[in-house]
Amino acid sequence: MKFGVIVFPGSNCDHDAYHVISKHVGQPVDFIWHRDTDLSTYDAVIIPGGFSYGDYLRAGALARFSPVMKSVQKFAQSGRFVLGICNGFQILCEAGLLPGALIRNRDLHFICEHVCVRVETLDSPFTNELQRGAVLRIPIAHAEGNYVCDDSTLEELQQEQRIVLRYCDREGNITESANPNGSRDNIAGICNRERNVLGLMPHPERACEDLLGSSDGRDIFRSLAATLAAAV
Amino acid sequence: MMKAKVFVSLKSGVLDPQGKAIQHSVELLGFSGISDVRQGKYFEISLDSALDDSQARESVDRMAREVLSNPIIEEYRVEIET
Repeated sequence: MKFGVIVFPGSNCDHDAYHVISKHVGQPVDFIWHRDTDLSTYDAVIIPGGFSYGDYLRAGALARFSPVMKSVQKFAQSGRFVLGICNGFQILCEAGLLPGALIRNRDLHFICEHVCVRVETLDSPFTNELQRGAVLRIPIAHAEGNYVCDDSTLEELQQEQRIVLRYCDREGNITESANPNGSRDNIAGICNRERNVLGLMPHPERACEDLLGSSDGRDIFRSLAATLAAAV
Repeated sequence: MMKAKVFVSLKSGVLDPQGKAIQHSVELLGFSGISDVRQGKYFEISLDSALDDSQARESVDRMAREVLSNPIIEEYRVEIET
């Protein structure tokens, strides 16, 4: 199995993602410059966090037009796996690979802190090694993480169990006070209908070593690796 | 030179915390009677004068729809100045 980490001008979590794949997942991984378009040798690509194109216009809006994104569209359509973290989630929404949008946090602040998220479904290649209802402690670091969508989209996400992670308190209760940014229905991460594309605001790649305060993020990468191992 | 103006604003109902913060600041300055402030974006696009009015409108409309705004959360208005 082979992973790729896409690098846009302004990406800044690309090395973290690369580090986690090479050191913790123990699999080959390449950086993919946003002007490259050949993804044929990869089984999964990660769109990392950061400030692609300086967040000009809207977060993720300009990255969507980078040459690599046409290939990512086809890559996703072919059933291979795409993981968008933070700015990567924003890019996937702007590109239409995931529904909804991420707007300014409810309280305007850039929030950088560990939060708790609850695993809502195991029916995804990114969570199948986890426990349903498990509470993961993972950092967020964003100013535009407030997930919005219309009523029918929300209903669809709920019915199809595509809400993968929701902000919760330490005990796993979904409460308004545990919602850091105002996201609709406490949504922290969603997948597409085919379940091979996941976008999430928390940074699991920053939570893979106890030294960094939490290693809960490892399970997400471990799930993806297990899915790939089973598929190969 | 033809000029296009594009106004992008959040759809009604979409939370605008920046607008709220601005409203609060303006009220601190002593302005009263403000019921709401919504922040938006404004673009000026200079166009090749070889384009006629309807071509200009069509291409700017597409720009506004596909790039300058996100139709999930925003709406836009185009004005063409000749």
